[in-house]
Amino acid sequence: MPETLVFYLLSGLAIVASALVIGQRNPMYSVLMLIASFGALAGLYIQLDAPFVAVAQIIIYAGAIMVLFLFVVMLLNAPTEDGADWDKAHPLQLPAVTRLGSMLAVLLVIQLAWALMEAADINGPVAGQTGAAAVSSVRQLGRTLFTDYVFAFEATSVLILVAMVGAVMLARREGERS
Amino acid sequence: MIPLSHYLLVSAILFCIGTTGVFLRRNVITILLSIEIMLNAVNLSFVAFGRQMGTVDGQIIVFFVMTVAAAEAAVGLALVIGLFRHRESLNPDAFTSLKW
Repeated sequence: MPETLVFYLLSGLAIVASALVIGQRNPMYSVLMLIASFGALAGLYIQLDAPFVAVAQIIIYAGAIMVLFLFVVMLLNAPTEDGADWDKAHPLQLPAVTRLGSMLAVLLVIQLAWALMEAADINGPVAGQTGAAAVSSVRQLGRTLFTDYVFAFEATSVLILVAMVGAVMLARREGERS
Repeated sequence: MIPLSHYLLVSAILFCIGTTGVFLRRNVITILLSIEIMLNAVNLSFVAFGRQMGTVDGQIIVFFVMTVAAAEAAVGLALVIGLFRHRESLNPDAFTSLKW
């Protein structure tokens, strides 16, 4: 079963890389690990018959967004996380609060696992019961995007314009007029 | 073939990792990266459900999520640059001027 093997390999890679992202103290390594995680996720998208999403994932996420992150990390000469003194005296570090928080987290995990167990129709192979054919052609994707979702598409363009203006305004040096 | 539940499980694990990162890390950039992990976990379940239903809607929503993630990253990193310029630190506990 090479397909199954590839699935477990890719999902294991994605999970391990994501865990390393939050396990690093140096943000530089975190960004690089996240790129590996996105690559593994792109492989999973290909397995799910969504090659266009996989390519967009590589180009937009790994190519554009992560380069932006890398740029900022290098620009700020990213100081590695400092264990400041006030951090140890933080009220959230109290033992009772920590215990309550871990208990709630365990409860959440149990609930999620229970919901997954109880849900019907998810234990067959993907699209096994419905027998749905794979829809992956870019033509069909584009047709749906520009007919059913045309309003959301246009709203997205406004969102990007607003984000662009906002980023320029925020990153501008203060007292600079022009 | 891989059951749908396995994809959902991977997605849930990735989302939990992202949430843990937001709570545990003391670095604004790493917190933003954890948010990206969470967005990607949700993307994975969207694509998996879309494959299950045999429609393209799941994939289209993924494109919208990617766009919003790009906008969020641009504005968030601009904020990080502004904060670093004022405080010379990336620790969120250093930005408490507005705290009551």
